[in-house]
Amino acid sequence: MKKMVVLLFVVIASHLYAQKIKGSDTVLPLAQKEAEIYMQVSPGILTTVTGGGSGVGILSLLEGTTDIAMSSRSLKYEERLRFKELGREVMETVIAFDALCVIVHPSNRVTALTRQQLEDIFRGKITRWSQVGGENIPVVVYVRETSSGTYEFFKETVLKHKNYMAGALSMPATGTVIQSVSQTRGAIGYVGFPYVNDKVKTLKITQNGKEYPVVRPLLLYYLRPAVSEVQSFVDFVLSDSGQQIAREMGYIEVQHEENR
Amino acid sequence: MKKIVELCVRNVLFVSAAVTTLAIVLIVIFLFRQGVGLFARPAVEEGFSLVVSAGNPVKKLTPQQVKLIFDGDVDNWSFLGGSHEPIEIYRWNEEIPVMNERSIAFIPTQYVSSLPGVRTVDMGRISPGDYFGGREWFPTSQPVPLFGVLPLLAGTLWVSLAAILFALPFGLAIAIYMAELAPKRIHGILKPVIELLAGIPSVVYGFFGLVVLVPLIQKSMNLPVGETAFAGAVVLAIMALPTIVTVAADALRTVPKAAREASLALGASQMQTIFRVTIPYCASGILAAVVLGIGRAVGETMAVLMVTGNAAIIPDSLFKPVRTIPATIAAELGEAPAGGAHYQALFMLGIILFFITLLISISVEIMSSRKRRQEI
Repeated sequence: MKKMVVLLFVVIASHLYAQKIKGSDTVLPLAQKEAEIYMQVSPGILTTVTGGGSGVGILSLLEGTTDIAMSSRSLKYEERLRFKELGREVMETVIAFDALCVIVHPSNRVTALTRQQLEDIFRGKITRWSQVGGENIPVVVYVRETSSGTYEFFKETVLKHKNYMAGALSMPATGTVIQSVSQTRGAIGYVGFPYVNDKVKTLKITQNGKEYPVVRPLLLYYLRPAVSEVQSFVDFVLSDSGQQIAREMGYIEVQHEENR
Repeated sequence: MKKIVELCVRNVLFVSAAVTTLAIVLIVIFLFRQGVGLFARPAVEEGFSLVVSAGNPVKKLTPQQVKLIFDGDVDNWSFLGGSHEPIEIYRWNEEIPVMNERSIAFIPTQYVSSLPGVRTVDMGRISPGDYFGGREWFPTSQPVPLFGVLPLLAGTLWVSLAAILFALPFGLAIAIYMAELAPKRIHGILKPVIELLAGIPSVVYGFFGLVVLVPLIQKSMNLPVGETAFAGAVVLAIMALPTIVTVAADALRTVPKAAREASLALGASQMQTIFRVTIPYCASGILAAVVLGIGRAVGETMAVLMVTGNAAIIPDSLFKPVRTIPATIAAELGEAPAGGAHYQALFMLGIILFFITLLISISVEIMSSRKRRQEI
């Protein structure tokens, strides 16, 4: 009986010290897969991965309710200030890159757009496909909801911080963007590369005659000095086997030099 | 013994009523406490300031003007009452900007004093006029968020109104058929089917709407986009049907047999009896059905979020995308920093929604009491 109680206590205690990873829904599928494999190769360590959004993850790290925060954007100025106020030093690690793809309906004749044209479309200055060499049908712009890191990232890079048009249709999830674009002839939207399927067509984006990649880093944030469990998880993700998982899932792997 | 049991039951009933009332009151208080702080907030993002050179004649800017400037749609000070000079925009990227007479900069307030020869633009606080009368909803726009609820309010009322117009004739027809005309066997099939409709999760309705209804509407009407107020209204109408049908059918069943039999005995046909005797007799019950249906439509979130397109523009037809208040709250609250202006603006939307439903139930209360007085 006594043994049982001790055992139970040990089990509970080990659960209490399970490391927690929380944050961006964009990083979530990758982190989940990594954690799954990581737990297989290093038994005895429990890792729980939950979503909620980049902001939620960073806030949890600030409050100490998570060990690692996943984020699809870098820390905001205010967030960095708050870490500084609390006297905590925070580490940032790029674990992979996610390419954003601009998608249209498969029947669309347009195959490439310049960065400027893309900006004009999402800002509502270009309203018909004929203005960029397509059919004479109206452009239907799909964006993500404001809570999405993808929404912010696209706005910052492609639109150069300007606002989307008011009439843009905003979708609650990546899946619904793909569904809507695949069934609307004049549609244009953006999704992460791992989500692209053959129901939609991706466009090539160029700037000054060169390809314009819309790529964002997927990040992990944790406090420094890192606890050994946290450090070993991060090391695993950056190791060759960890990066292979990322590659297989459709993310772009990190070159070794970038983190060292 | 019997007395003690009775006393216990009485107390349990009283306590459950009291607890429910208290819970509702607390929820309303919570809603108001979270929302009212909005109008005490500065219009510019907290901790930041908009600065121009001290010699710039432009003293005040509205949130709309700031958005136009930072979107590059207004690029000359002469449009804002200043001199004929191009506007140079500076956004905060953790470097202190070099300012000149043409610049406008968005920087943390703590750095304002370290910049010589600049002046903070007076933006004031978020005003109720801008909130309730604003036509643009850009809650995460930098440097100045725009909280204009008109498009959201119009979207909500537009979709709900259309939904109730679709659902009402159908719902009443089904209710009358079920209560008055249906043979027992058909009634036995119809009732559980209608009640089953109420049991389907709203996200399933939304998914059905997105995958089936939206393409169908788009193709059959040859629209550029299928995610419209119309799609939302149809989905909401289907969702409001069980409420309307069950409540109206129950109301019809409360009509005493004697009233019907008296009418029939006087030589009235069955149809005349239904429309002249039965329905007027339970008019307040049918009105309650309508109100509950509207309440269901106004507050529905998930299904609407998936099929209406969520574009924050004031709709001018049923075949345009709209954004409703519940969908906005559901989609945005997750990432809005707790206690911030965006968060409070969303709670304010909740308060608006609360007042809409309050208004509907009060008006029904008035209507049904007037009805009763006439009868006496």
